[in-house]
Amino acid sequence: MKAVWAAPAGAVGRGAIGLAAGFGRFGTFAASMARAVPDIGIWGRQVVLQMARLGVASLPIALFIAAFTGIVLALQASYTFTGAVPMYFVGTLVGKTMILELGPVLTGLALAGRVGANIAAEIGTMRVTEQIDALETLAYDPVSYLVVPRVLAGLAMFPAVVAFADALGVFAGWITAINLLDLSTAEFIRGLQLFFRRFDVIFSMIKAASFGLAVTMIGCYFGFHTSGGAQAVGRATTQAVVVSCMLILVLDAFWAVALL
Amino acid sequence: MSIELAGVHKAFGSKVVLDGIDLEIRDGETMAVIGGSGSGKSVLLKTIVRLLDADAGHIHVDGQDVADLTREELYALRRHVGYVFQFAALFDSMTVFDNVAMGLRRTRDTSESAIAQRVAESLRRVEMEGYDDRLPAEISGGQRKRVGLARAIATRPKYLLYDEPTSGLDPVTTTVIDELILKMARELEVTSVVVTHDMASAYRVANRVAMLHQGRIRFVGTPAEIRACEDPVVRGFIEGRPDLAQEAAA
Repeated sequence: MKAVWAAPAGAVGRGAIGLAAGFGRFGTFAASMARAVPDIGIWGRQVVLQMARLGVASLPIALFIAAFTGIVLALQASYTFTGAVPMYFVGTLVGKTMILELGPVLTGLALAGRVGANIAAEIGTMRVTEQIDALETLAYDPVSYLVVPRVLAGLAMFPAVVAFADALGVFAGWITAINLLDLSTAEFIRGLQLFFRRFDVIFSMIKAASFGLAVTMIGCYFGFHTSGGAQAVGRATTQAVVVSCMLILVLDAFWAVALL
Repeated sequence: MSIELAGVHKAFGSKVVLDGIDLEIRDGETMAVIGGSGSGKSVLLKTIVRLLDADAGHIHVDGQDVADLTREELYALRRHVGYVFQFAALFDSMTVFDNVAMGLRRTRDTSESAIAQRVAESLRRVEMEGYDDRLPAEISGGQRKRVGLARAIATRPKYLLYDEPTSGLDPVTTTVIDELILKMARELEVTSVVVTHDMASAYRVANRVAMLHQGRIRFVGTPAEIRACEDPVVRGFIEGRPDLAQEAAA
């Protein structure tokens, strides 16, 4: 007779093996991507197109989120500081929080949904309809043609989008402060400059680039390893978004520990 | 140059799909590979261009063992092999023109005007002139297969591999596609492998027919020879009589 713990232990074991196999597949995938980078003739023409699709087209949602985040930050700072802390610290809180944390993280999470899902669904559909095999038969390395331009575009465009989001978030905080909080522009800027360091912006860009790398690579990985039909594409898309979001939060903590 | 398979094995997990395939496709001939659904016909075709790696055995294409080729050598070989997919596998974000031009743009030694000429010629051969600007979603299934064939022949390959080229088509379109396969063999002098389970198509296009059964080649011969074959498994398949195959198994 089997012990009662045999079934759950077996499930845990299978899960661990599956996870290890997944890491192995991802490592192989990352290695094939690194090997494909010199094929500039294949991905060169694609990368600008992908920069427009992944970056420029993502600006509206990123700016929308940043604007409302800036407004809320200013109002909550005012609510928290009332009577205890000078009001010009509203500028400090809006600037620091927007640049160091909420600009990159909220933009990253939004783009994980928009960009990561888009990549996984597109490449997954190409996989199940044999379009990736067709690329192979036409002597195109599909990693060079599909993955490298998306990852490079993500690496370049996430920081650009986050830079706009940071700026708009601070701008929205300033507009809120001078219109709703009886704060002058000079006071807001005084607070903004108080603890500002150039490294804050560099930190924001490093985080954004790492999020871009993670979201695009995860999207490409799950799309590339789709097998089956429409249901499998849906599953790959969901997995890409969930894993990307989790990885963004892990990277967020990692950079805080490593660089602050 | 021909295509030679010797002792080719392929399994997916515990399911053995190819169990020691020995087959030679001679220079300039059209070989139809027939067999039931799930018998491994498409897998066999994919191993020839290494879309799938064989687990054991040797596959020689153009005198080269495909398993030994480096990545660059494999892509160089694939430029000589046209592959027509079962559902065409056209790039759905590209126009018909760009689909057909894709293989030609792989090497940068062809000018855009030469590419445009070759695309027009390839589309004319499959009777799809005037469809250049359409997207795959805007044309019918039969037309998509023709564009898939135009894409495969655009680079002037020495070999053409067809994966179920007539599946899902009406009888008239099936005949049109069969005639195109014959036309390509005649005009381009290619060596062709046609995977199909449509016996009428196999008889029409093939110089020889190979039947795949339980992972092995059960029969190889001309259409006349397969019609005269006494093997109950072969007869059961070509006559659509499962009772014969069941008797043979018993």
